[in-house]
Amino acid sequence: MTDMLQVEGLNVAFPSRDGPVRVVRDVSFTLGRERLGIVGESGSGKSQTGRAILGLTPPSGRVTAERLEFEGIDLRGAPASTWRSLRGRRMSMVMQDPKFSLNPVMTIGRQIVEAYRRRGTTTRADARAKTIDMLEAVQIRDPERVFAAYPHELSGGMGQRAMIAMMLIAEPDLLIADEPTSALDVTVQLDVLRILDDLVRSRGMGLIFISHDLRLVSSFCDRVLVMYAGRVVEEIAAKDLHAAKHPYTQGLLNCLPRIEGGQRPLKTLTRDAAWLE
Amino acid sequence: MSALVEIRDLAVTFGHGANEVRAVRGVSLDVAVGESFGIVGESGSGKSTVLRAICGLAPVASGEIRIEGETLKKPRKRAFYREVQMVFQDPYASLHPRHTVDKVLSEPLAIHGFDDAEARIERALNDVGLGKGFRFRFPHQLSGGQRQRVAIARALILEPRILLLDEPTSALDASIQAEVLNLLDALRAERGLTYLLVSHDLAVVAHMCERLLVMQHGEVVEELSREALQNRAAQAEYTKDLLIASEGFKGI
Repeated sequence: MTDMLQVEGLNVAFPSRDGPVRVVRDVSFTLGRERLGIVGESGSGKSQTGRAILGLTPPSGRVTAERLEFEGIDLRGAPASTWRSLRGRRMSMVMQDPKFSLNPVMTIGRQIVEAYRRRGTTTRADARAKTIDMLEAVQIRDPERVFAAYPHELSGGMGQRAMIAMMLIAEPDLLIADEPTSALDVTVQLDVLRILDDLVRSRGMGLIFISHDLRLVSSFCDRVLVMYAGRVVEEIAAKDLHAAKHPYTQGLLNCLPRIEGGQRPLKTLTRDAAWLE
Repeated sequence: MSALVEIRDLAVTFGHGANEVRAVRGVSLDVAVGESFGIVGESGSGKSTVLRAICGLAPVASGEIRIEGETLKKPRKRAFYREVQMVFQDPYASLHPRHTVDKVLSEPLAIHGFDDAEARIERALNDVGLGKGFRFRFPHQLSGGQRQRVAIARALILEPRILLLDEPTSALDASIQAEVLNLLDALRAERGLTYLLVSHDLAVVAHMCERLLVMQHGEVVEELSREALQNRAAQAEYTKDLLIASEGFKGI
């Protein structure tokens, strides 16, 4: 299997009054045409890992890596022109919050058409038809209405689906999905996962799925990286998750309530400073 | 056994004419003293609106809400809020950013004319596991879990008998969720509180509640006991879908 993405020794740090805060520490992994999950709690550096790969770390942050390659292209210190040719077309990211990631003064339809037409020459009518198809594919019931709507006219779940449609219409090779489904209802969540799953299977897209929901990730992904305070504490095949070795992974699994019940009080997580070493 | 909270054919309608949205349509439920009752549904199903209607925060179009057999009147009396308190979903939005924890907790005491505020605030903070070290902090100096604890302390400081919990843990990390659910569980056992808990997470409701109501599009789909939920003995198709969805993703 060829790996499309290679990450070695990735570090992200932000300056603060008390010296740099290292939010991502020595993260290494490779990604083939598969579904990789990154799980962790808020502040574990999972989103910053995804952003660093796309070169979207905020300007104040410092990204260093021993190796950061996408299909043989070195991404470290890549010029803006390289990023332009990659982002959107070959790698893209579904952000967590549609409220902040959609352009508030452009209709949904225009934004998606724009994303589609950047790929190459198409007619306007074709782009429009394709956009409507894509909106339908992400289970939007009334695509014509959504096409003409502004982001503030849509609910959170609808906005998130429009955002996913926009990212998928360019058919990227690598998709980083940052909590793409946490704003959605469970049943819609599965529809969105099915779309992503289909793209991985049929088109061989690589997917990095960032989430706090360990159970969801283990049911959807092939492999899971568990992050704690910026560090990958465990890498494990999703089907072996129940046999996780690291106490943090075990703690995350055990603290979830189950429909079957059985644990009262729920186990809480005790954190250990030694996990950072 | 008489019900502490009774809701009969509740309907809530927002807007007028063409913009009319019927958020809740004919919901009835009974909650007994000391019981924990759950409402499950997707966004827009009207589950939170039911709680808000109880508090008088939503325009009730028709139907009746009774507490201890007494029909609630509009506006709610002050005594009502001593009995019934609400914890909101998002602890980042429900605490005033420029009020200290002390101010947040002393305001309800002042409104209701409680004496010995000092001792009550300290006790409330201890009860939710924060301690008096947190008393003069601002919300931005607290983590999400700590904020939600402050919100619970604020609700409990009036010693209500009924707590309305609107997705109390959905904004929190899994490990923090476990802590807050344990806290709510312990407080109920200790004080014989009655809970109405709204959540989209079937597992949370199964853990916390003896009975639950499933809602969709503002209507009741079905009422289930915890045992029925655990045995997956749901009758309605929609509840079955929710149960399947809660198991996570299954490849085709």
